[in-house]
Amino acid sequence: MSMSALDIRIEGIGFWAPGWPNWQAARAGLRGDLQADPAVIKPSPDVLVAAERRRAPLAVLLACDVAAQACADSGRNADTLASVFASTHGDLVITDYMCSTLAIAPRELSPIKFHNSVHNAPAGYWTIAAHCHAASTSISSWHSTFAVALFEAAVQANADQLPVLLAAYDADSPSPLNEVSPASSIYGVAMVVAPARDHEASLRLRFNAPVRPSASMHLPRAFADMAGSNPMAAQSLPLLAALASARPHILQLNAGLQSTLGIEVCT
Amino acid sequence: MPETIDPIYITAHTATSALGHGLAEHLEVLRMERSGLRENDFSREPLTCAIGRVIGLEQRPLPEAYAAYECRNNRLAWLGIEADGFLDQARAAIGRYGADRVALLVATSTSSIGATEEAYARLEDGHFPENLRRSPIHTPHSLGIFLEHALGTRGPCLTTATACSSSAKIFATAERMIRLGIVDAAILAGVDSLCGSVLFGFNSLELVAPEPCRPFDVRRRGISIGEAAGFALVEREVSKTSPKLIGWGESSDAHHMSTPHPEGLGARLALEGALTRAGIAATDVDYINLHGTATTKNDEVEAGVVSAAFNARTRASSTKGWSGHTLGAAGILESVICLLVMEHGLIPGTLNCEQPDPVCGPQLALRNESADVRIALTNSFGFGGSNCTLAFACGGRS
Repeated sequence: MSMSALDIRIEGIGFWAPGWPNWQAARAGLRGDLQADPAVIKPSPDVLVAAERRRAPLAVLLACDVAAQACADSGRNADTLASVFASTHGDLVITDYMCSTLAIAPRELSPIKFHNSVHNAPAGYWTIAAHCHAASTSISSWHSTFAVALFEAAVQANADQLPVLLAAYDADSPSPLNEVSPASSIYGVAMVVAPARDHEASLRLRFNAPVRPSASMHLPRAFADMAGSNPMAAQSLPLLAALASARPHILQLNAGLQSTLGIEVCT
Repeated sequence: MPETIDPIYITAHTATSALGHGLAEHLEVLRMERSGLRENDFSREPLTCAIGRVIGLEQRPLPEAYAAYECRNNRLAWLGIEADGFLDQARAAIGRYGADRVALLVATSTSSIGATEEAYARLEDGHFPENLRRSPIHTPHSLGIFLEHALGTRGPCLTTATACSSSAKIFATAERMIRLGIVDAAILAGVDSLCGSVLFGFNSLELVAPEPCRPFDVRRRGISIGEAAGFALVEREVSKTSPKLIGWGESSDAHHMSTPHPEGLGARLALEGALTRAGIAATDVDYINLHGTATTKNDEVEAGVVSAAFNARTRASSTKGWSGHTLGAAGILESVICLLVMEHGLIPGTLNCEQPDPVCGPQLALRNESADVRIALTNSFGFGGSNCTLAFACGGRS
């Protein structure tokens, strides 16, 4: 039995990957109209105060950068938006620190690194920086994280008839963790999504519905490399390529061990 | 302001923790006022503290078919799901509604990071040892991957990992999905197990008590860490005898990564959200299972919020003196305790609290009491300022 469709309107998009500092650049790049900017090497979100920009883990910088971009693009106030933060593996740099310190000198664990190790650390930094008291969740669904997080944001938006911020990101994976959880680049994408009626929907989502996907879009070399080196890029770039093309498109993303998410891009 | 929601029904539930395996053992130990905490014997060089350990996990490997998911956290999940016939009831619901119509919402703070810690302790030439080179157990969704495989659900499956509010928030996720007609039922699982990361991590923040935790006592010195697995099957279908979730509230402190808002702003917002969605007033609440971790700050802030919002008729207690703080599993473990409280009219006291902090209101129950409890709340607050309050009502009444 198929499930009912959830319609959402995308009100704003944020993007960050090395060479591609925002959605405007990435959209042009996905259309083949722009090359990567080699000066873009690290996210530096203004939303964090300078001291935190220096100290915060890369995963936090990445998530806050794309979240702030999406809010600005949507015109919504960041301080009232409910949020869904999503990462395939969480912050593997900190996982590596925790596990190697525990193996050698467990009593020397850094308290700041410990509180930064929670999966919702980026959401915590974000809500503090944005002065946001709205609900925030942090999720993972392994290789289906992006599809499931987009669906969860759409559920929240439709259930409460409110806009919701989605921020999905993966940082890189150090050795030896990269043997089991590979990621060799950093990547983040964010969207502000709102409930939509028929004619204003940007996306129509259907869980486990039989859909006939359009022919998959060609990814320019730089983006194909991203998809090959970062799990969140692999999971989300098919949708972003369709959005960049601004043509109707139907995709089917893995949404679980035996589940799929059908996405109709209505723009 | 959120609108009132329709209740969802809790048609099966169970818990496994330091109190025991299943509902009957939990009820018995609560009645006896006997703590499940013990001296820390977990790691190789254990810290001096008490822990809430589930006994016998080491002797209970996963069934052969699930060997790829073998690790302490998934063992605890499997031990827990078999209690009280929960696994059979979950499978019956999947059969009744269809695998597509059942969501699997899991919650954990550290998932199976214990297995990753072990791999690092046993690196071979800088590589993971062969028997731990298994991707599904080194990722936050480990519990979800394992249970999705074992149960065969095809509805939305996700891990919520918001530290110590994780397994309270999945009740809200389920309610939204059921309200929108995305699914007819959801299987909720909250599992967190002992590991070096949390023992030494909380120790680094000087939040671990050297003795068994004393929630709300003036002499409290921090938490005792525990492990637990809790499960609930929630359904849309009206069932007069089943208890129900009638409200939830979620909020962010927007204050600090590891200490609560000093005036409990986030806690108050979560409480107001739960009462508003349930369509009830604070005076309707019979019992509150408090977050009550026994850290100086949490208990001070939470006691202030409760004494300001409720009158003396409402009873409140922390059960962490029995179980320890089971982190990502605390929300669902304490929800299950709320259901036991409503079913049996037993209000647990606040074990190990002898001299309550003067900030505590008259609501705090120190010793066990009996009372007719129709509406119960539970509070869960986590790092990153993540707060969730749930409201439950007993079966057979509106």
